[in-house]
Amino acid sequence: MSTNTLIVLPLLIPLLAAALCLASWRSVLAQRLISLVAVLGLLAAAVALVHGIWQDGIAVLHLGNWKAPYGIVVVADLLGAIMVLLAAITATAIALYSLGSLERAPEQFGYYPLMHLLIAGVCGAFLTGDIFNLYVWFEVMLVASFALLILGGERAQMEGAIKYVTLNLVSSALFLAAIGLLYGLTGTLNMADLAVKLADHQDNPMVEVVAGLFLVAFGIKAGVFPLFFWLPASYHTPRIAVSSLFAGLLTKVGVYALFRTFSLMFPLDEFVLRPVLLAMAGATMLVGVLGAAAQFEFRRILSFHIISQIGYMVMALALFTPLALIGGIFYIIHHIIVKSNLFLVAGLTYRLGGSYELKALGGLYKRAPWLAVVFLIPAFSLAGLPPLSGFFGKFILIRAGVDAGSWALVTVALIVGLLTLYSMTKIWAEVFWKPAPSEADPGVPPPGSLMILPVAMLCVLTVAIGIGAEPVYRLSERTAAQLLDPSGYINAVLGDQP
Amino acid sequence: MNTLLAICVGVLYSAAIYLILRRSIVKLVIGLVLLSNASNLLIFTASGLTREAPPLIPEGESMPAIVADPLAQALILTAIVIGFGVLAFAVVLIRRAYEVVEADDMDQMKGTDT
Repeated sequence: MSTNTLIVLPLLIPLLAAALCLASWRSVLAQRLISLVAVLGLLAAAVALVHGIWQDGIAVLHLGNWKAPYGIVVVADLLGAIMVLLAAITATAIALYSLGSLERAPEQFGYYPLMHLLIAGVCGAFLTGDIFNLYVWFEVMLVASFALLILGGERAQMEGAIKYVTLNLVSSALFLAAIGLLYGLTGTLNMADLAVKLADHQDNPMVEVVAGLFLVAFGIKAGVFPLFFWLPASYHTPRIAVSSLFAGLLTKVGVYALFRTFSLMFPLDEFVLRPVLLAMAGATMLVGVLGAAAQFEFRRILSFHIISQIGYMVMALALFTPLALIGGIFYIIHHIIVKSNLFLVAGLTYRLGGSYELKALGGLYKRAPWLAVVFLIPAFSLAGLPPLSGFFGKFILIRAGVDAGSWALVTVALIVGLLTLYSMTKIWAEVFWKPAPSEADPGVPPPGSLMILPVAMLCVLTVAIGIGAEPVYRLSERTAAQLLDPSGYINAVLGDQP
Repeated sequence: MNTLLAICVGVLYSAAIYLILRRSIVKLVIGLVLLSNASNLLIFTASGLTREAPPLIPEGESMPAIVADPLAQALILTAIVIGFGVLAFAVVLIRRAYEVVEADDMDQMKGTDT
């Protein structure tokens, strides 16, 4: 199968799995089997896709054989393919964890079909080459995430969901408005064609307005300062498998959309919005980590850390030098794996200690030394200690910042790294070192092997990325080169047109 | 016509934002409805209004000089369908939230904020 047809598999597999799961609504066993097969299939397809694109360059599929820019295209460059691979890795880990951890009720009320629908939306957003289709995939992802968020129907979930739904719908409306204005301006929706046409409109102030709308719309989805408030209000409320899936993937779709629009359609080199992005990056890092420092609930600390980490990725985009983009892509690869893992570890802690509140936990180092190990690997990686994956991501980024002379941003990034370490040692001291506050039975079943397996798997990946940083660096290097020189993308999509 | 529609879009956006900022969750959902419709109308206006022929060409005839752009209308149609689905969900959500919290007031839904 050629790479060009391989692109549809990451869209088809989750959609098909969602449909099959819906068809076998009554049989939870069948849904579990379908889910397992589907995520493994997706993982295989994603690996093949990254390999194919590494070998043959950007792959394009013209749906219905209508040529771009008139038809709709599915495009996979290295960035898109890597993101799909990361989504597949997260999906596999979450599916295994769900099989081992979920109660009967969410499984019977459509957890698996919704999970696959969410993954389909995420993969679609990574692979589409059409800005309106990006909106459609965003909505597929959002609707699935709305339903997953309130699965269970507790009060906290409802309260969190109202804020999540409102702010995300506002973001979608702004995104749609931006698409409308862009279409009015250029008469096209194909992203490669837009890149060509927008180059002729450089003096038009409308372009800046549209870019600003995109920035706000994607900024809400990515959770950057000052648009992140829906995230800490809702991410800690659903089941831990759902939290972990959201933490790993949803905000990163926003980050991906920012990377795509501001490298392809509105190249940042001389763009007016660049100082805004730089300021946003610094504020996002700092506010996120300070929010985390004030929290004493495991999942809420992690939620705030998502925000602060998004700041690093936005920093990479805002610096817009080759090295910074390499660092940014490295950082995204590292972050998705580590962040979903930390949420899963929080779930394991809950099963052993019976709570997510740091005050109520304690003494777990004695009871489960293995848990301490699987916590420390992602936690230290998040804080950026060598030789784990986070160290290299931060190192490249800070080096890029120094090269670009952005001293203020570099200082913030280093302080935030230190505060992240503080936050992680706080969890360590409270959950593992402190003697247990009570000897009472936690009242929840201990974790099974199906819950521990994905955590171990992601830990191994974190260490592997740290030790084998060079191949990952090369992958990021080539991805960054594709982003910085959009002509490859444009030629691949539009063919040999002038 | 353009000016009229532009004013209309502006009024819809401001009304939507006003309603979203209210404390009542029912008004919040009405605000979201207005917001999605304002965006649809914006696409309609921004993509250019033509008073000429519809984009349907009978077999064997050639295209008239000016036709309306069908793509913008296709976009709006898609956006309406998506907006309808999402808003249907939002209505169910506020109903469930009302049942659980027993109040139509955002100020009483701050349990997850601090």
